[in-house]
This record gives sequence, structure tokens and C-alpha cells, in this order.
Amino acid sequence: MSSQEISEESLPSEQDTAHGKAVAESPFANPGLPPHKPRIQDIDERAAKRSERTVALLFTISMLATVGFIASFVIFPVDKIVYVWPLGHVSATNLSLGLTLGIALFCIGAGAVHWARTLMSDAEVADDRHPIEAAPELKAKVMADFAQGAQESALGRRKLIRTTMFGALAMVPLSGLVLLRELGPMPEKKLFHTSWAKGKQLINMNTMQPLRPEDVAVGSLTFAMPEGLSEEDHDFNNKIAKDALMIVRIQPADIKDKRELEWSYDGIVAFSKICTHVGCPISLYEQQTHHVLCPCHQSTFDLSDGARVIFGPAGHALPQLRIGVNGKGNLEALGDFAEPVGPAFWERG
Amino acid sequence: MKKLSARRRHPLAAVVVLLLALAATGGLYAAFAPASTAQADETAQSLAIEEGKKLYTVGCASCHGTGGQGTSDGPSLVGVGSAAVDFQVGTGRMPAQQPGAQVPRKKNIYTQAQIDQLAAYIASLGAGPITPTEKQYSVEGADVAKGGELFRNNCAQCHNFTGEGGALTKGKYAPSLDGVSEKHIYEAMQTGPQNMPAFPDTTMPEKEKKDIIAYIKAVNGEETPTPGGFALGGLGPVSEGLFGWIFGLGSLIAVAVWVAAHTAKAKKS
Amino acid sequence: MSTANDTKRKAPAGERVADWADGRLGIYTLAKSNMRKIFPDHWSFMLGEICLYSFLIIILTGVYLTLFFHPSMNEVVYHGSYVPMQGVRMTEAYASTLDISFDVRGGLLIRQIHHWAAVIFLAGMFVHMMRVFFTGAFRKPREINWLFGFLLFVLGMFTGFTGYSLPDDLLSGTGVRFTQGAILSMPIVGTYLSMFIFGGEFPGHDMVARFYSIHILLLPGIMLGLVVAHLILVFYHKHTQFAGPGRTNKNVVGMPFMPVYMAKAGGFFFLVFGVIAAIAGMFTINPVWALGPYRPDHVSTGAQPDWYMGFAEGLVRAMPGWEITVWGHTFVLGVLLPLVLFGVMLAAIAAYPFIESWITGDKREHHILDRPRNAPTRTALGVAWITGYMIMLIGGGNDIVATYFHLSINAVTWFVRIFFFVGPVLAFIITKRICLGLQRRDRDKVLHGRETGIIKRLPHGEFVEVHEPLSQAHLHALTAHEQYAPAEIGPTVDENGVERKPTAKEKLRSKLSKGYYGEGNQIPKATVEEYKEISAGHGHH
Repeated sequence: MSSQEISEESLPSEQDTAHGKAVAESPFANPGLPPHKPRIQDIDERAAKRSERTVALLFTISMLATVGFIASFVIFPVDKIVYVWPLGHVSATNLSLGLTLGIALFCIGAGAVHWARTLMSDAEVADDRHPIEAAPELKAKVMADFAQGAQESALGRRKLIRTTMFGALAMVPLSGLVLLRELGPMPEKKLFHTSWAKGKQLINMNTMQPLRPEDVAVGSLTFAMPEGLSEEDHDFNNKIAKDALMIVRIQPADIKDKRELEWSYDGIVAFSKICTHVGCPISLYEQQTHHVLCPCHQSTFDLSDGARVIFGPAGHALPQLRIGVNGKGNLEALGDFAEPVGPAFWERG
Repeated sequence: MKKLSARRRHPLAAVVVLLLALAATGGLYAAFAPASTAQADETAQSLAIEEGKKLYTVGCASCHGTGGQGTSDGPSLVGVGSAAVDFQVGTGRMPAQQPGAQVPRKKNIYTQAQIDQLAAYIASLGAGPITPTEKQYSVEGADVAKGGELFRNNCAQCHNFTGEGGALTKGKYAPSLDGVSEKHIYEAMQTGPQNMPAFPDTTMPEKEKKDIIAYIKAVNGEETPTPGGFALGGLGPVSEGLFGWIFGLGSLIAVAVWVAAHTAKAKKS
Repeated sequence: MSTANDTKRKAPAGERVADWADGRLGIYTLAKSNMRKIFPDHWSFMLGEICLYSFLIIILTGVYLTLFFHPSMNEVVYHGSYVPMQGVRMTEAYASTLDISFDVRGGLLIRQIHHWAAVIFLAGMFVHMMRVFFTGAFRKPREINWLFGFLLFVLGMFTGFTGYSLPDDLLSGTGVRFTQGAILSMPIVGTYLSMFIFGGEFPGHDMVARFYSIHILLLPGIMLGLVVAHLILVFYHKHTQFAGPGRTNKNVVGMPFMPVYMAKAGGFFFLVFGVIAAIAGMFTINPVWALGPYRPDHVSTGAQPDWYMGFAEGLVRAMPGWEITVWGHTFVLGVLLPLVLFGVMLAAIAAYPFIESWITGDKREHHILDRPRNAPTRTALGVAWITGYMIMLIGGGNDIVATYFHLSINAVTWFVRIFFFVGPVLAFIITKRICLGLQRRDRDKVLHGRETGIIKRLPHGEFVEVHEPLSQAHLHALTAHEQYAPAEIGPTVDENGVERKPTAKEKLRSKLSKGYYGEGNQIPKATVEEYKEISAGHGHH
């Protein structure tokens, strides 16, 4: 499209190559292929013999290495660990198989390349290139053929055929698209809820026992899940991906956010363990600064200030779970999270 | 000399000079870097020797106050318990050399007997976690697999899959667990040193601490097998990628240079 | 030739087979133009071969792995031979990966070859692309092949990513979680896509099986087709070559395919395979047993993707947490913008050949490679792009950088944020200066000869350095490159004498062209006249 715009002078002239003989006396002219110089192997048969022996030796080493591979495979039990400096305590099978296979392959390659480099002709040869673009006559012939074909198809004249054909071809992939609907359910409100509900006790994930407020020391870190959830459940992973809870205790006087204090129990606060950035379990808790860092993208939240974001790519604070103590003296949830946990999404609002 | 000057305009001369310069810089760094650490250790050591036996007054009181009540330079030690003292002093973190993002582990300058005396003194100031006995932290009969699950839930987020350590905010870090004794790991979980949160017995019972220690020792011990070969630091894709680029692709390119190079001619022109 | 004749005499059976095949496939016609096809020798021309061979190695080892791997998310309790995992609940995918590593003899080796080859495949493609870019080998007629190569690189990234996710270990699962979070960030369709891809809520029970068919069938199938097309085009176009004696734009100088190149290229396959096998025997990669099975509530510090995704990871890590809510809908810019930028930076690679050919307006075929210094603006742009890429790669590993260089992770992140913008600009300026300097040196070399380092004292006491004149071959190589003149805006008065305003497009093109070829953006190469004047005038000096 821009061919008309080009001012030809901006292109360099092809003086260096095209003029050929006209500038042959130019000191910069292409002197042509230098005369071929022989290698030692080309003029000294003993050197050539040496090369031949080297190649044969490499191929022989390869054969021996393959024998070694099979032997290692047979000899070493799969769980045998050996100490090899400086690699460490490594699997005997892995090391021996890897090295023998590596040597067997490498020596074939080295042999072939050495053969090519020292014994095959190393005379450089020039091969002509031909322009890729077709000659004008050829192009004219093709265009004429195409025009004839197009004319014979009558596609241009029979508009009805053309229109309906395009319609049919455009519509038929829709069937495939519709089939993809079965890949998964509609999102509905799934991302808005977790298993937490009023009265559900907080289960310590270490002991699988309900947490009691007196168990949770200032400066400690505990992870909890809702009662009724079990690791054996079929959908445990789906559930824990939203339910996972991080429990810390902060001196009530140190809690800066009013709502956080209100939703805590005597300084015990429960935040979602799932990062609001892209959903990594965030739990790198610094007990003195009350900062919690995400190991995936370094979003940092201040747990003493409503878990607001103080660094990194997360867009909003970690959701807090409102907790209290039930009749048995155990910690319990006072409802679900007030907002969706985990990464933000379009419908989140 | 003549040979040298004749070659200094050689096309490869620049490369050689660059290599020499790089080697020299590296050598200088290697020569100077450890020296300063050694010096620091010495100062600390000579200090301790000078001050003699009144360990606390000498080693700790300047920051933590004469009665352990704490000052602006160091927190109160009332109620931290003997386990905290044993950990902090036993791993060489205390006495600290200088303020910073985090007090690093270094060579312990006290004997165990001295640490015990210190711990007894601090414990007398207020009740706190007590130094564990060997029965508590020994990994005999521990469940390694359960320890692994607990480790991945409670510890790996800061200390990495196999305890190689990792970064925290603003220059703080979770230290590597390489070569840390069972007792010190136990005490760290019990007391929550520096910014590490505590995992008290009320939420993580003794048995589970043992399981965790057993797992750490199983995957990060001296004898831990790395079946696949050299572990590249156990840091995951970053070191693997670097290795793949520099060593993997590097050696393949070196091979390619050999394959493509012209064979030596009979007579050099 | 003699070998071919020998074979004929010794093995007529072979000839009969060839005749049989020729009668059905026409192999003689095919061999006529290809058997003695010429390939130039240069180490950098073998970078593509590294990629091709590591791709073949990946396919070979991958097929073996499918014999043992169970792409299933059914939960099982592990009872294999790796003690620290005995009794742990995990998916079959993870359990079978442990079995491959510990209970299948040689399984660990094949797994490690597969993974190391993948790391090297991607790295090889990156370097191969750099070679093609900096030497201008993407110019006409090779633009389409550049696109094929680009697609291979992008598809390679995603094939690597899907494969990396299959063992369902804690590290790869974290990567998948990131992907799901990124999908969620897409406006309007995000939640639907996430539900459809994962068959419901994350992580669901379908991810591994779906990624498996993508990883072993869909993407490699497309890639295999592209590799074949890429190679056919390499054969069809004939390889490019550097300028030198006897080499012109109308020929290709090198060794014939049969036997030299066949031996070298065939041998190189074994060399590559051998090196990777030895590496896999000695160096651990992705020790999934140490990582543990994936659980959405577990994580480890140092959570990184494989290196080729590190750039995207860096973009995401460096991004500030922007999130806007408008009319009840959330724009998750903190995740979305890095993804868009990732796409834009990749698209820039694909688009470059077309942009440059529009600026130069050059419609001729180019088979002689540029030395990077002779295309200073292109080279500088390339280095600037790589600088941005590398900075984001550092950003992707900011936690490891912080830990091992004892820096603050926040400081490293801020460094990355600033230098992602500053670094490429500096790199552009510096690279261009270096290129121009090298061009000047070439010019001096042509005009004054090579500095020998030998000092001579003249009769009147002056010391001079002896300059050795270059050979004609060397002179030719240093002056063979073409230098464009900047494109001017065409006549502003048309043939009817009516004044017309140059379009914005024309203006832009002229401006860019000046930036590439204008004064100060390239050093005019030595002309024959200059050379003759100097060599006639004062001999050596």
C-alpha cells in the first residue's frame, strides 16, 4: 500500500553487489570465494587415519556407555542412594542412567561432527538463489486461471447461493460453541458465599479441635476452618479455598480500626487466609509489625488496621470474619464474611 | 613483554582484559568480604571476655535494662521465659550487634552453662515458656508425613518447602533452617522470636511440634537425599531457570561453536 | 558424489527401494533440489537447531511419561516409597508423579530430561529470536517465518505452563491459582471463564485432565505443525548468511546438506540430547516430592513460575494495587493491566518486521545479514526491549533477590517499578552510542587499516603505530552493508500544481525514518573515493 509513497532515492543503490564487473577494480568489491585451503587431514593420510580412529573411538565409547546404561538399569535398585561429591546424596539409578545415556548420545554426536569436520570435504560451495516472486507471465497465467474458475463457479452472479452459503458457514461453528457450555456451571452467587455461618465453631487445623479464646496467645498464629468440614470430603479443596481462616491475637489497644475491634473477640481477630489479589494463601505474619505478606506477589496487609493493603498489587483489604464465643466457651463465627473472599472479579462491586 | 604489547591490539584482547578485570573484581570482593565479618565477631568476643561473669549486666542490660524491664533499645524480658533466652543466645542472635531490620543468626559466644545461668535469671523475673527437655523435642516416634502437612500449613509460607528461608517485608526474612538444632526449632515455635509468630502448645501441641521437627530433619538434614541430583539450593524455578540458561544453554552454545567452527587449515596463513 | 556411486554399486537393494519409493512419492525430484542444498556455517545459525532438538526430546520423553502419569484429580492416600509423604492425601496426578520419580526405574531421569529440555527449549527460542532480530534475518522474504517462530515461542510458554501444572504439586497449584485469579479479573466474562475452565469453583476436579489434553495434544499438535512449516520455509528461502568474500544477496555459500550438514546437524541432535541427559542425571529440577500436594490453603515462599513466565510474574508483582468499582462492577486493574502489557510486549515482537519494512519502504529480498552495529536503531530497540524483559524477570524473582542479596523486598520492587521505564531508555541510548562507535571504528579500520600495536620510530624521531591495511575480503565485509537514506515526505505539490498537506501517516513515517537513518543515527560508511584518496595520499598511517 505504501509502495507509491516510497521515494526510490531513500533505498540504497545496489552498487556493491549488482554492478559486478563494472566496479571490479574497486578495493571494496567482492573478491569472490577464496581458494580452498586443505586441512592437515586432506594432505596427510596419517592425520586422516588419526581422525578416523578418533571417530571410531567415540562411537565405541558410545556403545560401551549404552552397555553401561543397561548394566546400571539392572544393577541398581530404584531406591539406592549414593553420596557423590559435589552433587550430594543422589539416586544411583538417576545419576548412572543419566550419565551413561548422556555419554552414549554425546559420543555419537561428537563422532559424527568430528567426522564431518575432519574427513568430509570442507570446500565451500555457492548455490544460487532465485527470486521468490513469480515472473509476470506466470502471475498473469494464474490470475487468468483464477478468473476463469471464479467465473465458472458463477458465485459472483448467483447471489442467493453466495449469501446462504456464507450464512451457513458462519452459523455452523455455533454448535461447537454451544457444546462448550457444558464445561462448567454458571457463576451465579457462588463466589459470594463461604461455608461460614452464624454459630459455626472455629476448628484449629492443627488439632482439629474447636479453638478456645484462652488458647490463642498474643503474637501467635493459628489457622482455622469451619466445623463440619473434613479433609475426606469430596469438595474439601473447593471449600477450603474460600473458608481458610487466619487467627491472630493483638492487644486490643493496638487495633487501630474500629470495625476490626468490634468484630474481634478480646483482641482475637479472624481474617480470610486467601489473598484478595489472585488468591494465594497469605499467611506470612510478622507478629511485631502485625503485617502479613503474600508470598506470591508481595501484597502486604496490616492486620492491626482492618487488614488494609499497605504494599503490593492487591486491590482491597482482607475480609474479616466476625467472631464471638458460644456457650461451651469455644470461638464461633457470627455469620458469613460480609464480602466475597479471594480475588476481585467483575460482579464483585 | 614484547609479545604482550604485540598482542594488545589483537581482536580478542578486549575480551581477555574484560575477563581479567572480572576475575580481579571477584577476587577483591572475596578477599575483603569475609574479613569484615571476622573482625566483628572478634570485637564481640573480646567484649564478652572483658566483661567477665556478670553475664546479664554486661551482655544484655544495656538494651534490656538492669532489671530486664526493657528500654527503648530492647524489649522487656519479664515473662519471656527460659526457652526464649536459650533460643536467642544459643543461636547467637543475642546479644545483638546493631539495630537493623532483623537480628541475624551468628556464632554463639556463650557456653551452654552460661546460657543456662542467663536463662535461669530471666526466668526468675516472670513465668514464661521453659527450655524444652530432650524428651520434648527428640523426633523419636514422630510422624514425618503428618509433620509435612503441618509444616506446609504453618511454616512453609515463610521458610519455604524444605526450610530454605524466604523474604519478609522491608528487609526482614524468615531464616533458613539448615543446620538449626531440634531444640532451637522447638523453642522458636514455642516463643515466636522477633517477627515470627508463636505456635504455643495450646494451639500446636508438643506432639505436633515433634512431627514438624521430624519433617524438617527428613527434608533438610545433612543426609537428606536429593534423588534427582544436585539440588541447586532448593529454591525452585529461579535457580533452575538460571542454571538452564547459563549452564544448559551455555554449554549447548559452546558445543554449537565447535560444530560450526572451521577446521584448522594445514598451513596457517 | 563418489560415496553415492559406491552405495549404488554395493547396495543395489537400496536403489531398488529408492526406485520403488520414487514411483510413488517422487523422491528423486525432491532430492534433486535438496540433497546438496547449501547451508552456511555459523554457530548462531545452530540456535534454532537447539530448539528443534530439545522439542523432539520433549516429545520423546513426554510420550514415555504419559505411560505412567494419571491425569486425574481423584484423591488417594499415598503409600509409595517416598517416606515423608506416606499417608498424605493427594490427587492421583501427584501420586503418579511421585511413582514416576521413585518407583519407576529411570522415570525420574525421563521426567528431569523432559523438564530441563523444556527450560532449554524456551531459552533457546528466546536466543534464536534475538539472533534473527539483531541480524535482520526477519526481513523480506522471511516475515511469515518470523511469525511462525513467534507463535512457537508463545505456544511454548503455554505448553510449558500447562505441563508444569500437571503434577498438581503445591508450587504448580499456586501458579494455577494465580491463573484463575487473573481470569477472574477479566471484565464481564471473567467469572464465567473461570467456572467453565475449572468445571466449577477453584480448584475443582477437572483441571488436571483438561490441562493434560491441552498439554499433550492440542498445543504440541499445533506446535509440531508450525515447526514443520518453519523448517519448510527455511529450506525454501535458503539460509541467510553474513557478508563476506564470495557471498552475495543472490547466492548462499556453505557446505552441502549431504553429507556435511547432515552429519553436523544429525550429530548436533545427539550432542544436545547427550548434554541434556547428563544434566538431568546430575541436577535436580522441580523436585515435586519436596513440594507436597496442592491444597488451596497451603503455600510456600519463593512461589515462582518457570523462567519463561517470570516476565509476566514480574509485571504482576510490580503493579500497584489499582481496583476501581463503577456502577457495581469491579475493574481489577492491578491484575488486568499487567496481563494487557504482557500481551502488548509480545505483540511488539510479532509486529516489528512489518513496522520496519513500512519505515524503510524496502520491498527487496534480503539474504545478507546485518551486523547489529549497522542497524543502530533496530539494535537499540531490541536491547531496550530485552532490558525491560530482564527487569521484569528480576521482578518475578524479587523475593529470591531480596533474600540472597540481603535487600528489602520493597526496595527491590520499587527498583523494578522505576527501572522498567528508565532501564529501556538508558539501554536504548547506550546501545545506540555503542553501535555508532563501532561503526566509526569499522570506518577507520577500512580507511586506515588495522592497528597492529607495533610502534615505529620515524627517521625524524616521530613515533607512529603501524597500521596494517585490510585484505580485500575484509574491506568488502566491512563495507557490504547497505545504508538507507531517511525517507522524505513526498512532493507537497501534486501534478496539477495543487498544494496538498502531507498526511499524519507520512509525517510519522518520515520522522521514524529519520530516527533510523537520519544524520547522527548512522555513520556513513567509507566510500571508495575516500579510501583511494587516503591510501594514495599518505600511505600507512
